[in-house]
Amino acid sequence: MVAIDVPHAPIAGDRSRRGRGAAIGLAALLLVVAALALDHGAAGTPAWEVLGKIMTGHEVTQADRIVVLQIRLPRLLTGLLVGASLAMSGAIMQGLFRNPLADPGLLGVSAGAGLGAIAAIVLGGMLPATMAAAMGWHMVPIAAFAGGWVSMITLYAIATRRGRTSIATMLLAGIALAAMIGALSGLIVFHADDDQLRDLTFWGLGSLAGSSWPKLAAAAPLIIAGLAAAPFLARGLNGLALGEASAAHVGINVQRIKAVAILSAACATGASVAISGGIGFVGIVVPHLLRLISGPDHRWLLVNAALLGATVLIGADMISRSVVAPAELPIGIVTAMIGGPFFMWVLLSNRRTLDE
Amino acid sequence: MLRLIFGLSVIAGPVLADQHPEAGRVLSIGGAVTEIVHVLGQQDRLVARDSTSSFPPSVEALPDVGYIRALSAEGVLSVEPDLILAEEGAGPPEVVALLRDSGIPYETIPGGTDADGLAAKIEAVAEALGVPEAASEPVAKLRADLQAAAEVAQRQDPARVMFILSVQGGRIMASGTGTEADAMINLAGAINAIDAFEGYKPVTDEAILAAAPDVILMMLRGEASASHGAPDDQLFSLPALAPTPAARDGRVIRMDGLYLLGFGPRTGKAARDLHDAIYGEAHGRD
Repeated sequence: MVAIDVPHAPIAGDRSRRGRGAAIGLAALLLVVAALALDHGAAGTPAWEVLGKIMTGHEVTQADRIVVLQIRLPRLLTGLLVGASLAMSGAIMQGLFRNPLADPGLLGVSAGAGLGAIAAIVLGGMLPATMAAAMGWHMVPIAAFAGGWVSMITLYAIATRRGRTSIATMLLAGIALAAMIGALSGLIVFHADDDQLRDLTFWGLGSLAGSSWPKLAAAAPLIIAGLAAAPFLARGLNGLALGEASAAHVGINVQRIKAVAILSAACATGASVAISGGIGFVGIVVPHLLRLISGPDHRWLLVNAALLGATVLIGADMISRSVVAPAELPIGIVTAMIGGPFFMWVLLSNRRTLDE
Repeated sequence: MLRLIFGLSVIAGPVLADQHPEAGRVLSIGGAVTEIVHVLGQQDRLVARDSTSSFPPSVEALPDVGYIRALSAEGVLSVEPDLILAEEGAGPPEVVALLRDSGIPYETIPGGTDADGLAAKIEAVAEALGVPEAASEPVAKLRADLQAAAEVAQRQDPARVMFILSVQGGRIMASGTGTEADAMINLAGAINAIDAFEGYKPVTDEAILAAAPDVILMMLRGEASASHGAPDDQLFSLPALAPTPAARDGRVIRMDGLYLLGFGPRTGKAARDLHDAIYGEAHGRD
């Protein structure tokens, strides 16, 4: 099952220093990229200038105000939270499953969210008008979130017996569940009309284009709750790297670590996928890259993954909305097209380390 | 507070929102809407279009704000429109909501595939552009074309036409009922050979045999497929199509997608062209 064996060595002093150094560097990089992303866009509005004017009470045009306050700012924050949550959840799952290829998708969150979104896009019209009207265009995110959670909880219930969660069962049941969800999604897709098929394609590729304050306000608490669990998980995940039995011997509450890890990753990714669609790649690649740079210590890995994930997604979004401006590319295309070859290059240049 | 101000401007809006003769920077979203702007003679006011707008060819020089159902709010604002004309179904909804909030007049042009629906489309665009009188000529022409198509379409033995959206790996995606292709086949005086389902779906080989189409209708894709030869041969060598009357007579019609399925001002003419392509020009024309 484990394709590549990444060393999860216990923590050495210099590794920790490298982790801290990386964190400082990544935080600085994030600030720079975020500042650029806010200032940069199809409309050419100088955001910092406009923000300055708004704060000092000067007049700005309605168009400038909308571009900065209603489009770029919520979009930047959405990218920040979604990128951080995808990458950090990836790191958590890789630690929990002790497999560098693990991602939150193994929890069934992505498959379930996809089913929810597909159902809302294709079958949403069948809902009673008052219910549909109450949800408005939030129907797809709501359904995606619900779908992600239902499948994650189902999987967790299947894998847990007498208070103990079997990671192996969870993985295998996840494959079965994903197959069933895939079939069900396919059945609904078959009934979709031409326009709905287009919507499904775009949803599947992910985009931050629909970012707005209300959406952000709905998703942010869940994402932040997921991210906030990280400090409590770091020591446990380091212990788990030695194996469950060893971890238990050194006094780690293994069952609690598993439960918190699964819940926090599901919380963060469920909300992320709901508001931004399916953005692949970030969850696997970012943590992996960081392990190569600054080692496997989760105390820094989780924080750094959040920082780098946010940076990568904000950067990718900046590209997605500028290369074909005034139109824009779905962000999933950008993350895979640029990240894929880059990741391949990193892997190849580190082949010796990986093969050890 | 911001919300309240936007809310009030929307409430106060409708009186102004109908006609915009002063709008000099118009963004047109939807192939049919863009065509209508042109037949109304208002093309000089266009500053941008969406990716489904490809006719007349001159519009392709305008900036493209993306696919009609996947617009970007900032992209749209960046072309600085003072009027947005959008075909029904433009989206995503949150982007449309944001654009409406932005205070730029946003007019939705209703869809429609029959004579009255098409006339209403043209009238709605003319109204929004503040030139209602300009609609009368194109509407009259459209109705005349459709009337002419309907007259020649009265046939004793309508041909059975199958619209193929795509052939991938030998799997045929055809149009059932309730689609633009279905409406067009009927306007041209033929019948849709596939009536067992709604929408565009993959069809089994046996169902195609049973449908026994006389003519295959497809969209023109690129220059290469316009020429007769290899692509048609390949099409008719598919096991499902080979035994059909269409393959026997080598009948495949390929038409420009926007012309055939756009349901704009050229639809009456397109229906007649399709009719002539199916039955031959000798029939039915005076």
